[in-house]
Amino acid sequence: MNWLEMVSGLREFLRDWPLLSIVTFLPAAGALLVLGARASLPGENPGFDRGVRLITLIVTIVTFIASLLAFAVFDPSDSAYQMVESTPWAFGLAYRLGVDGLAMSLILLTTFLTPLCILASWSIEKQVASYMVLFLILETLMIGVFCAQDIVLFYFFFEAGLIPMFILIGVWGGARRVYAAFKFFLYTLLGSILMLVAIVAMIAIAGTSNIEALAAYARDTGFDPNVQIWLWLAFFASFAVKLPMWPVHTWLPDAHVEAPTAASVVLAAILLKMGGYGFLRFSLPMFPDASHFFTPMMFALSVVAIVWASLVAFRQLDMKKLIAYSSVAHMGFVTLGIFSGTMLGIQGAIFQMLSHGIISGALFLCVGVVYDRMHTREIAFYGGLVHRMPVYAAVFMLFTLGNVGLPGTSGFPGEILTMVGAFQVSVWAAAGACLGVIFSAAYALTLYRKVTLGVIENPKLAGIADMEAREWITFGPLIVATLIMGLAPSLVLDFTNASAQAVASAFSGAEP
Amino acid sequence: MMQPMQDLLVSLPLVRAELLLAGFALVGVLIGAWGGDRVFGLLSALGVAALAGAGLWAVIDAPVAPAQIFQGAMVIDGLGVFAKALIGFSAAAALALGADHFARDKDPRFEFPIMLALAALGMFVMVSAQDLISLYVGVELQSLCAYVLAAWRRDDALSSEAGLKYFVLSAIASGLLLFGASFVYGFTGSIHFDAIASAAAEGGGVGLLFGLVLMLCALAFKMSAAPFHMWTPDVYEGAPTPVTAFFAAAPKVAAVVLMARVLYEPFAGFEPQWRQVVVALSAISMVWGSVGALMQTNLKRLMAYSSIGNMGFVLMGLASGVAEGPASALIYLAFYLPANIGIFALILAMRRNGVPGETVEDLAGMARSRPWMAGLLTVLLFSIAGIPPFAGFIGKFLVFRAAIDAGLIWLAVLGGVAAVVAAGYYLRLLSSVWFSAPAPRFDPASFPIAAVATAATALVFPILVLTLGSLQSWAEAAVRMSF
Repeated sequence: MNWLEMVSGLREFLRDWPLLSIVTFLPAAGALLVLGARASLPGENPGFDRGVRLITLIVTIVTFIASLLAFAVFDPSDSAYQMVESTPWAFGLAYRLGVDGLAMSLILLTTFLTPLCILASWSIEKQVASYMVLFLILETLMIGVFCAQDIVLFYFFFEAGLIPMFILIGVWGGARRVYAAFKFFLYTLLGSILMLVAIVAMIAIAGTSNIEALAAYARDTGFDPNVQIWLWLAFFASFAVKLPMWPVHTWLPDAHVEAPTAASVVLAAILLKMGGYGFLRFSLPMFPDASHFFTPMMFALSVVAIVWASLVAFRQLDMKKLIAYSSVAHMGFVTLGIFSGTMLGIQGAIFQMLSHGIISGALFLCVGVVYDRMHTREIAFYGGLVHRMPVYAAVFMLFTLGNVGLPGTSGFPGEILTMVGAFQVSVWAAAGACLGVIFSAAYALTLYRKVTLGVIENPKLAGIADMEAREWITFGPLIVATLIMGLAPSLVLDFTNASAQAVASAFSGAEP
Repeated sequence: MMQPMQDLLVSLPLVRAELLLAGFALVGVLIGAWGGDRVFGLLSALGVAALAGAGLWAVIDAPVAPAQIFQGAMVIDGLGVFAKALIGFSAAAALALGADHFARDKDPRFEFPIMLALAALGMFVMVSAQDLISLYVGVELQSLCAYVLAAWRRDDALSSEAGLKYFVLSAIASGLLLFGASFVYGFTGSIHFDAIASAAAEGGGVGLLFGLVLMLCALAFKMSAAPFHMWTPDVYEGAPTPVTAFFAAAPKVAAVVLMARVLYEPFAGFEPQWRQVVVALSAISMVWGSVGALMQTNLKRLMAYSSIGNMGFVLMGLASGVAEGPASALIYLAFYLPANIGIFALILAMRRNGVPGETVEDLAGMARSRPWMAGLLTVLLFSIAGIPPFAGFIGKFLVFRAAIDAGLIWLAVLGGVAAVVAAGYYLRLLSSVWFSAPAPRFDPASFPIAAVATAATALVFPILVLTLGSLQSWAEAAVRMSF
């Protein structure tokens, strides 16, 4: 039997399975398992903690395998939502799941990164069971956001994710963790509650809460352009905070700096993507007229974010804060690409989201490696690490270059595609974004030079050890993913092609 | 019109739930007179059974069509049944908490379960009222018991002050209610809701409107909606905690349902006029409730402001027209009540060496010292804050939907902003629970507290909410039957 037959046999076998529900709720089931173990074995003993870590790791790996099965069943050539599960529920709403290429790729990103986050959390000693339970619940909610095909269900997952993140930052975070947790929660909640009002209004107008049906309504009938403006603004409030866009990004540096390493990774790699996902799933296809109307504003905000955040990043003293600002800049490329409305721009934005998920996650893990050893993230504390940690220096180099967007790493195709897409619409915006690329090289390479190159001046660094086996395992998949995506971008682009086409045609259909 | 005797015979079987409560109160007094405070435990157990039984019986006896009883003074219909179920079970939970609390405080007085049952009886009458007399009698029976309950710890200055303050202010509200009712009677010539409705349909004039507004003010006072909320924080703080738990739950249901009746039965024709009043009450309550709570350090005062804010959301539902409004308000209450009672149960569990604590600082580090209690409190607080995936979110979603369908978009946006501000103070509690260094450990929770808190958490938990879809059809059917 050749492998094509195997794949089709597997598809046949799995067709009637509720695969998306399984992927979504496996981590939650794991959380229940850990809670049950906690209840039957009270007290904090090291053996129990080790067991909990292991259980969590296994659950997240099984989830990843389940998502790979879903990936095998998925047919990228079909632009419709696939693997749809629909059960009507009260209040006129439905439990409805389904994925397209965009959602599937983000789900894979989530399930791929979570086991690595668990590995990176091995050094957590405080309240291990609670930590792992919250992390598993967070994974369920993140996957749910991308699977949900009912707009209220989407909101359900979207906002529920704040709860575990709030507690993760507040309990396991750094010195100003309480402040950061509050800022994160309230900032995001204010944005999303306006979206809730808009969601209710949309349901009232269109008479359905099914995302596919809403998009069809927007395509065939269309929301009144004057109403679209308000709905668009309400969704913008939520997604702009989440993404985050300048000037509502200020929660991000605080949250990133204070969060424990793994939470920073999840925050940068996945939670931010919910903003971009929201723009692609709702703002563009459902409010195309308003999106056209606001395109100049979005371009301006994107370029400001790229240039300004890059400049601010250059002046940071804290490694995590620097990477946080670089995230703001990179998200600027995402919004630039999305609102160019061109096929290239949207493809680039999706690619940039996936690539940023891997690279920024890896960079936070890189910070985590030295933070675990020295318990400081101050850039000035380090220097000359290459002499004591050559392997680490090489890994850090790779991801720094990815962050800069060097061809051959996954950072490059996303940036180039968004800029080309933007260039077709606005030369000035593309020019501004180009400036950002140069700045990004400046701050990222400076960070790298200050931390790893030169001679070791700080005597405390004399005994620092290179990466251990666990860290090797953590970084290995990330390195492979970065290089594959950089060298063979078409693998990803073909996969997301149909969904990008759908968004682009909905947007250009409303050309004024 | 039926003969009085015949009417009585037809009516009595329909009020079995009310008779059960009245019977318990009368027999309880006899038992108490014979046994004294020694029978506190027995009477409390009987009282819990009677209250829960009354709630259950009301549901079992639910009619398929509204049944007018006692010559049209009361009605047994879907709305009343829904309210009675909520009142019966929440009062039973409050009584269970109170029995445990007073027994541990070595302050058992046998009148407690009887007063609580009589208050519940008053609420049962309120939610079935079909004329101005039964309306007033129900409100007063409920209020008189509530004054006594608020001042239950008569040796304690705070508790006495709470009782006195509640009594004086509430008496003014009752006066307003009577004054308004007399206007209504004067301008329509009838005390019966149906007759008032037909008179109001012919216009009615300013006098009738004046009477309606006065009655609304009084009812707003009873449900502690701003700007008639001044008594709430003091009474909540001064009253013994189980009594506060009771105040925060059952009387709200009764007042809300009574207001729904007044608005949608006799004064349905005045909707454009009263909507302005209810919308104003809703907006002020939401804003004041959330802002007022921000700086509170006493948990009971904080919960008082929280209840003011939540009443604002309920009023948003009530203001939104008959199609979705009352049903959304009922569902909101059905999810608000368990969260509220569960939180008070956990406040009652905050004892160290027998000494109760009730400030935000007392919660410090609960996640480490009592992880299960902390977990329950977290779920309940997020539910009451309206954050998904917990049930409180469904309540907020439904009142928003009702308001937007009624064209009250600005009110929904204001409600959203108020909910964010309110989330700020719920998060403050959670921050104390999770993020602060542990304070000394609390005593283990007693069985009634653990049972009530766990049951309440289960009720707001997402998996059960999913199966509770029938709640919606029940609430909607109830409202359809009544209005």
